[in-house]
Amino acid sequence: MLITQLKSKDAIASLAQGKTFVINCHGCKEVYFPEYQADELQKELAAEKDITEIMTRDYICNPDHLQLQLEKYMDKVKDADTVLVCSCGVGVQTVAKYLEEKRVFSGCDTYPLPGFQGVTPQELDCAQCGECYLNYTGGVCPITACSKSLVNGQCGGSKNGKCEVDKDMECGWERIYRKLEKLNKLDTLKHPTKVRDYKKPFDFSTKDGE
Amino acid sequence: MRLTELFERGEFVVTAEVGPPKGINIDHLIDEVNTYLKDRVTAVNVTDNQSSVMRLGSLATCKAFKDEGIPPIFQVTCRDRNRIALQSDILSAAMLGIDNLLLLTGDHTTLGDHPQSKPVFDLDSVSLIHAVKQLESGVDLAGNELVGEPPKFAKGAVVSPCSDSVDVQLAKMEAKVKAGADYFQTQAVYEPEKFIEFMEKAKQFGVPVMLGVVIPKSVGMVKFMNANVAGIHVPDHLIEELKKDKEKTKAGITGVEITARIIKECKDYCDGLHIMALGWESKVPDILTLAGL
Ligand code: SF4
Ligand code: SF4
Repeated sequence: MLITQLKSKDAIASLAQGKTFVINCHGCKEVYFPEYQADELQKELAAEKDITEIMTRDYICNPDHLQLQLEKYMDKVKDADTVLVCSCGVGVQTVAKYLEEKRVFSGCDTYPLPGFQGVTPQELDCAQCGECYLNYTGGVCPITACSKSLVNGQCGGSKNGKCEVDKDMECGWERIYRKLEKLNKLDTLKHPTKVRDYKKPFDFSTKDGE
Repeated sequence: MRLTELFERGEFVVTAEVGPPKGINIDHLIDEVNTYLKDRVTAVNVTDNQSSVMRLGSLATCKAFKDEGIPPIFQVTCRDRNRIALQSDILSAAMLGIDNLLLLTGDHTTLGDHPQSKPVFDLDSVSLIHAVKQLESGVDLAGNELVGEPPKFAKGAVVSPCSDSVDVQLAKMEAKVKAGADYFQTQAVYEPEKFIEFMEKAKQFGVPVMLGVVIPKSVGMVKFMNANVAGIHVPDHLIEELKKDKEKTKAGITGVEITARIIKECKDYCDGLHIMALGWESKVPDILTLAGL
């Protein structure tokens, strides 16, 4: 679940050097892509810069699909000095890997889009941390509701129930404590010390053709 | 000398906190510590990039103090280092003969002078205490054996007795005790009644607690702390006292008097004193004398 956001016009203009081939990914259903803004900005750029072609496709993060899509443009790609990709970070990396010899740049920033699971926006966040702590915390996620992602209780920074980092945000550990108190489950806090495990349980690396 | 040994002997331990400079020359700091603190306090507690402001390292400063014959306490926060670096620095401290630690989560990076930096928080204060305990048992946090004799520390932690949610703080204190904390120092106390009430509840854990004090320097300072610093509340009557005699307040006399009074009211209820002078190290001897220590 993520969101792609166009970089500023100045930033993109400075990337589009020489003949530039633009690839837009209009995204998959989990991604928000600013299609109309990209369209507008690229038209503006085309007036000032040498934009050889603008290609818009979906799922460019799929290497086979990308290859197929790019096939009939390969002459133009070869001819270009720069390839500017407007997509999420995975899409840009896929293009860069495929067009090994090209200067491939990203026209976008990628942010996680918290609260999306499936297609329905939720008000709660999951950072997909791998080791779910919700069972210890009354269902309030300590990773996303606490600015320091603490798993063993409140830091000394909370004031009037607000977080030291953001006075408009409720302290997550205050929420956890009150929730457990309400559930009559404060005993849950007496579990042994937890040490976070950042080891990835799965190997996500792509094994294509290696 | 580990603080734990002193507590065991029933000594009232007095420590003072100092912050390393933003630079590499510590002559001035050593002078100050020698002049005002050396013979008056048991150990000097060295902050670790306090308030997320980048400074000379706590460990290097501790070593310099040790060489001067000033017993140091090495503060370690989880903000800037992952568990590998934390354990490594703690072993380094042991190798240098520094065996008093204060283990903290640390302020968030956004509050300091490098808000762009990546906050680490790989461990938190509780899991850091647990990690040090593991090292003391001869294995690291991952369970690998250490070579040779394991280190031994006095493992300190902090707690906020006057927090607006003291129950949440007590729960955290209990977690720290379980993880292996040997002693506590508190956030600044301005309300002795609240502190005494807190100590009633903290007694059950059976670990020494050192009263924390911050010298109130001015009306502006205490108002700032009231608005911004968690776990600190300066009551109105103290603000009035600071307002009353401007000259006395400016000279630091009122601050010294207030601090000494708080210490006197609380000292029978705790095991030691921790003074955070925030640059007013020169006032520490007066405070101790006035408090009868
Ligand atoms: S603890 Fe929070 S971030 Fe981790 S899996 Fe559970 S909900 Fe997600
Ligand atoms: S104030 Fe609360 S939410 Fe903020 S970092 Fe501390 S424990 Fe986490």
